[in-house]
Amino acid sequence: MNQSANSTDIHKAIVREQAAQDRKKLILNGVLLLILLAAPFMIYPVFLMKILCFALFAVAFNLLFGFTGLLSFGHAAFLASGGYTTGYLLSNFSGLPTELGIIAGTLAATVLGLGFALLSIRRQGIYFAMVTLALAQLVFFFFVQSGFTGGEDGMHGIPRGELFGLINLEDNLNMYYFVLAVFIGCYLLVQRVVSSPYGQVLKAIKQNEPRAVSLGYNVDRYKVLAFVISAALAGLAGSMKSVVFQLASLNDAHWHMSGEVILMTLVGGMGTLLGPVVGATFVVNIEYHLSQGPLRDWVDPILGGIFVITVLAFRSGIVGEVQKFVRKNLG
Amino acid sequence: MSMIFGVPLAVLFGQLLIGIINGAFYALLSLGLAVIFGLLKIINFAHGAMYMLGAMVTVLMFDAMGINYWVALFGAPLVVGTFGVLIEYFLLRRIAGQDHIYSLLLTFGVALIIQGVLINWFGVSGLRYTMPDVFKGGVNLGFMFMPYYRAWVIVAALLVCFGTWFVIEKTKLGSYLRAGTEDSQLMQGFGINVPLLISVTYGFGVALAAFAGVLAAPIYSVTPVMGSSTLIVVFAVVVIGGMGSIGGAIITGILMGVIEGLTKTFYPPASSAVIFLVMVLVLMFRPSGLFGKEA
Amino acid sequence: MTMMKKLLTSAIASAMMAGGAQAAISNDTVKIGYLADMSGTYRDLAGPNGQKALEMAIADFGGNVNGKKIEVVSADDRNSPDTSSSTVRRWVENENVDMVAGMVASSVSIAVSKILEENDRLGIISGSAASSITNEHCTPNHIHYVYDTYPLANGTASAVVKEGGKTWYMLTADYAFGHSLESDVKNVVEANGGEIIGAVRHPFPTQDFSSFILQAQASGADVIGLANAGADTTNAITTASEFGVTQSGQTLAALLLFLTDVHALGAQTAQGIQLTTGWYWDMNDETREWSDRFMKETGVRPTMVHAGIYSSAMQYLNAVAATGSDDAQTVRKQMMDTPINDMFAKNGRIRVDGRMVHDMYLAEVKTPAESKNEWDLYKILRTIPAEEAYRPLSESKCKLVNN
Repeated sequence: MNQSANSTDIHKAIVREQAAQDRKKLILNGVLLLILLAAPFMIYPVFLMKILCFALFAVAFNLLFGFTGLLSFGHAAFLASGGYTTGYLLSNFSGLPTELGIIAGTLAATVLGLGFALLSIRRQGIYFAMVTLALAQLVFFFFVQSGFTGGEDGMHGIPRGELFGLINLEDNLNMYYFVLAVFIGCYLLVQRVVSSPYGQVLKAIKQNEPRAVSLGYNVDRYKVLAFVISAALAGLAGSMKSVVFQLASLNDAHWHMSGEVILMTLVGGMGTLLGPVVGATFVVNIEYHLSQGPLRDWVDPILGGIFVITVLAFRSGIVGEVQKFVRKNLG
Repeated sequence: MSMIFGVPLAVLFGQLLIGIINGAFYALLSLGLAVIFGLLKIINFAHGAMYMLGAMVTVLMFDAMGINYWVALFGAPLVVGTFGVLIEYFLLRRIAGQDHIYSLLLTFGVALIIQGVLINWFGVSGLRYTMPDVFKGGVNLGFMFMPYYRAWVIVAALLVCFGTWFVIEKTKLGSYLRAGTEDSQLMQGFGINVPLLISVTYGFGVALAAFAGVLAAPIYSVTPVMGSSTLIVVFAVVVIGGMGSIGGAIITGILMGVIEGLTKTFYPPASSAVIFLVMVLVLMFRPSGLFGKEA
Repeated sequence: MTMMKKLLTSAIASAMMAGGAQAAISNDTVKIGYLADMSGTYRDLAGPNGQKALEMAIADFGGNVNGKKIEVVSADDRNSPDTSSSTVRRWVENENVDMVAGMVASSVSIAVSKILEENDRLGIISGSAASSITNEHCTPNHIHYVYDTYPLANGTASAVVKEGGKTWYMLTADYAFGHSLESDVKNVVEANGGEIIGAVRHPFPTQDFSSFILQAQASGADVIGLANAGADTTNAITTASEFGVTQSGQTLAALLLFLTDVHALGAQTAQGIQLTTGWYWDMNDETREWSDRFMKETGVRPTMVHAGIYSSAMQYLNAVAATGSDDAQTVRKQMMDTPINDMFAKNGRIRVDGRMVHDMYLAEVKTPAESKNEWDLYKILRTIPAEEAYRPLSESKCKLVNN
């Protein structure tokens, strides 16, 4: 009797605290949204869009790496295939609405992702990383060989066009809010996926795959789906990027790009939602500012140093460390 | 002249031999990776950088101190190996017991640092290194001209590969190594200094890469970026052979050299991609690689 | 729309000039952005030393234009068109950069020229090889200064064929640059009565060329043409020398070889190779004098790209001084109207498509006996007149040329 009253009290307290936390989160998100909406008036919009595109790329990658425990070393293939497909369609079919071009790019990456997933999903750990790297190298080879990409010259002058035939995307502000909307949509989607029962199974797979199997889950199918979603979002990031910059190049398909997205995710905090966003912002900024400053010639070694320090000292990344700090000190 | 698929037989012989020579390089490089992964479970993404360092050190020792090729053959791996021991001691040791992936990321960062610093110091055009006089010239084999140096590459690489395989698989030292890395507490109990063993093993693995670098110095352009594209090819070789299989790495290395050589004859543009294609195919049918044990 | 705007601005500019009104230097500053590969595979041919060359030009000019100060900003292009376009966009849109110099990778040059066209600023490309930059990718906002693939193929191939190298075997880097070099060579060789009897396309980058050299030897061709660049070329040359290509009576023709590459190879390995260059440091007193100063700054001898960066910056500043304006079209027109006569080029001129045409030189790498020091590497065999060297406007696909 007493005990059950007690437990309902505890339950109520938990609910209250939950509500308070939710409120805090809501306020935090609201503030973030306001900042993002106001940002293009203070910071150069194309640069912000670059950050958003890479943030989306990293969020996509993290769904696989951080939440499912699969390290893909071939995600550049999806970024590039999205970008090239969208770029090719928008350049060659002038009447095509931009959103259709972007959807087509995303679809191309999705299909490619399914192919990658079917070939690689049964491999574990380092083998998985290596198979995805090998497949991405084959995709790179294809892009070098096929004429439509423009080889090392790249694909240039991709028209931004109009959104829904109404909104002129040549205007940087319009373009920015479009990219922001897509980004937020994808972010919420990933948040949804991660907190859904499906996401719980992914986490279970990450923690202990044999146990997930013994609980009767068809682990492979879960992993394939996670891979395909991740590839689709990475492709979407590539498509958006090609529209923003009006170009697509082999850099996006190179394995260094696959390494860079790992760096972004790791630095920001893998397995956290906000981590890849923070990481992408950090890495893009570092690269951009360093390449113009007095340390101009030393960007690569500095990025390497960040890799080393992160792995040695901050394995949970910026967001992970902040979370730890908050939990420890602020209850 | 008899032809095979439009290629004269003589040319084909030549290409096979060339394939074996390149395969010897792959074997040396993948052997080092396999030693490091097989014994230490470290995925050494700095291997390409270590190969490059071997070549750079060879050239620099000659330029600065007049140290000749024969001394460099031992000296450069020693220098690079020592550097490897330091990396193991100061960096890799701190993430022991973590997921393998972290060792990949850490060494990837180390490679970026090494490469970037050397680019700033020495540029990218390449450093000049003259071939030792003994190796100048070559012999006409009838189907091809065989430079003496390439013959030496096969001999040297295979000797080192076989020696390494023998030590690790067939001697007491090798058994300590394998046991020490599998059950370090037990070996500590027997009074063996396991941390030192680990450092030295990593140092030895990268010394193998550096040895390949010394062999490469007289025939390839020695630049700070020479290792970066080699790295992922060699990784593919190790994966095809079966991560950690010492013998597998050697045999696969030579095999891949030959396959790449044949591709260079029949469809050259694909020669950089063919190894990855083989890798995908092998892993589809033999998930642990050709010579790997089922995990 | 942008075309319209451009016409309008240039019309206004010329109206102002005609009216004798003082055209203005925006923000009272001439700002030059130097963009190049500072940390990757193209570092040595332009890179940080290119910025030194640019700064030398500014210092020699007196540090100011008509009393207005000259500023330089610089960035590493990371060989990435999107990093470069972010940088250049900010330069022109927020930082009032008037001219962008340097640029090596073709993807970077093309991407940057599009942004300059949108914003009507000027670019002077010194490092890139692709002839498409002033052909299908030409804009009214950039100038391609030092060289391109057309004279490289033209100069070397026609000279070698005339000397009796009738049959060719091509080693071509399998990307757009290699393909365009190869097809240019093919045209020249066939026009001069020679023949391409075989070609192999190798991946970029390739470390081991022995397989390809073997195939080239088996072909029995007189000449092995190297349509590649950088480490690929030096690796191919090293391997050719190791496999005794020249002893067996074949010659090597390298289509793109920079002084830094030859320096890395050394006279021993590279001797006898013929190549086309836009400039060489040891041609006359003028070039030597400048190169000595350059070497004092940097410790190395300049490539043709370094010299071109200096020369083009000088031309640019002269044009700004003459017109009193840093408006892109005004300056470009002035530069087109002024022949270039300096240590880099004699009677060079900038065509309507943005191509700077000037005499090119056929050079041969000296033997170790002839070479007096590590940088004493070329002897100039022949001058290729500007008119012969570059793609004639009649074949141009540039939108600014009325064909």
